[in-house]
Amino acid sequence: MSKRKPYTRELPVDWWLKQIFYTKYMIREGTSLLITVYSLILAWGVLRLSQGEGAFNGWLDALQSPLAIILHLLMLIFALYHTVTWFSLAPKAADLWFNGKKIEDKVIVAGHYGAFAVVTIFCLLIITL
Amino acid sequence: MSELTIDIDVLRYRPEIDEQPFTQTFSVPYTADMSILEALQYIKDNIDSSVSFRWSCRMAICGSCGMMINGVPKLGCKAFLRDYYPQKVSLEPLANFPIERDLVVVMDDFIKKLEEIKPYLIPEKEKCLSEGAYQQTPEQMAKYKQYSMCINCGLCYAACPQYALDNKFLGPAALALISRYNRDSRDNGEALRMKIVNQEEGVWGCTFVGYCSVVCPKDVDPAAAIQLLKVESSKDYLIGMFKPD
Amino acid sequence: MTKTTEKTYQRSHEPVFWGLFGAGGMLTAFLTPVMILITGLLIPFGLMDSENLSYTKVHGFATTWYGALIVLVLVALPLWHTLHRIFHALHDIGVKRGRDWQQVICYGFAFAVSMFVGTLLLQMS
Repeated sequence: MSKRKPYTRELPVDWWLKQIFYTKYMIREGTSLLITVYSLILAWGVLRLSQGEGAFNGWLDALQSPLAIILHLLMLIFALYHTVTWFSLAPKAADLWFNGKKIEDKVIVAGHYGAFAVVTIFCLLIITL
Repeated sequence: MSELTIDIDVLRYRPEIDEQPFTQTFSVPYTADMSILEALQYIKDNIDSSVSFRWSCRMAICGSCGMMINGVPKLGCKAFLRDYYPQKVSLEPLANFPIERDLVVVMDDFIKKLEEIKPYLIPEKEKCLSEGAYQQTPEQMAKYKQYSMCINCGLCYAACPQYALDNKFLGPAALALISRYNRDSRDNGEALRMKIVNQEEGVWGCTFVGYCSVVCPKDVDPAAAIQLLKVESSKDYLIGMFKPD
Repeated sequence: MTKTTEKTYQRSHEPVFWGLFGAGGMLTAFLTPVMILITGLLIPFGLMDSENLSYTKVHGFATTWYGALIVLVLVALPLWHTLHRIFHALHDIGVKRGRDWQQVICYGFAFAVSMFVGTLLLQMS
């Protein structure tokens, strides 16, 4: 008769707090909460836009309140964390080869940051000009 | 000169005696060149011969000595006391696998998954020996070489939270192995393996935590293999919409 | 010798959601930071004239066919990215039961807001 009795360890509910790598992963996933909030703020803006000039200006004014500014700063921090983590992961889904060699991850990451800078400046320009 | 020592906590479990695993602390003489594996050898040879652990090559190529070292999946022969001294070292069996005894885990699920994915070349048509060997350019080999370096140590399964949450997930090593064969120019079995990849518990069980690639002792980068397979699986899905199979 | 029981493989529909997640993620990564700057921070900090976001300007843009499409994509596509992550994160934090319902609620929410914004834009033009 076998004396084997394999023991299965329970996964703790807070497994993601046990290792900093897991915690950073959860924060990365967690950025989606505030970014959802931002999209909802924009959706609300579209609603106000459809309701006429007065309503839309009301939306613009609400965005200027101290609470709105703090919220936006938070959302910006999380959005930037999303961008940084997204760029570091993007090369893993790329399978680009040039002259018999694989294009290195850091090249793809650098390309993303370059495009990010261009896109940001472009958007700021077309809005203000 | 007094001998330097370091404390090693080992999670013990004797199925014939114990209901639960428990921690036993050993005091081991310390020198800067000792690996965790050597510390375990010292314990077994001099203090408690009942401590059980797997090991073989001592040089990070056989994949036998995987364990949790201070909560991180590592190979015992590739981790050194000097990186922990003078703090205590805590050894536990590899996470997400049932404990057989002490630091030995049941690897059956892992082996089953590796075997399941058809880990062999499936050529387009059988070649007879007189036709000679397959030819491969350096680029063709570079396409899959990284994924062929897996030593089946299981560290990636210990690292993967999705495998921890759901054992049905195929897991990093099996998926990387699928990639190894799919990307080999001598192979033509991609269509057969896609059925396995396309499942919920295939490539779609992965949420790209990425810890598997961090702990891999051979830099296989299973996370990258999986993301590339997600792209392939998506393409296959699109084609599947127009071609009912 | 053939096996008497062949395993049946079920194809997952994840690629649909993963595709939207990826597209939304790309958009969010590149554009959301500057969008937040524009809508939330540059005007209050006096770095941009509020006239740039005036009703006339924005309404004029949103009522063109291309403008409406751009606004829809900018507002709605990120939601397909974020709700996909939220759906999977629920599983990560241990909410394992009712996964089908969780899917309906998460993607349904993204769909509902997309429809809402799309309808508003259509009605405005």
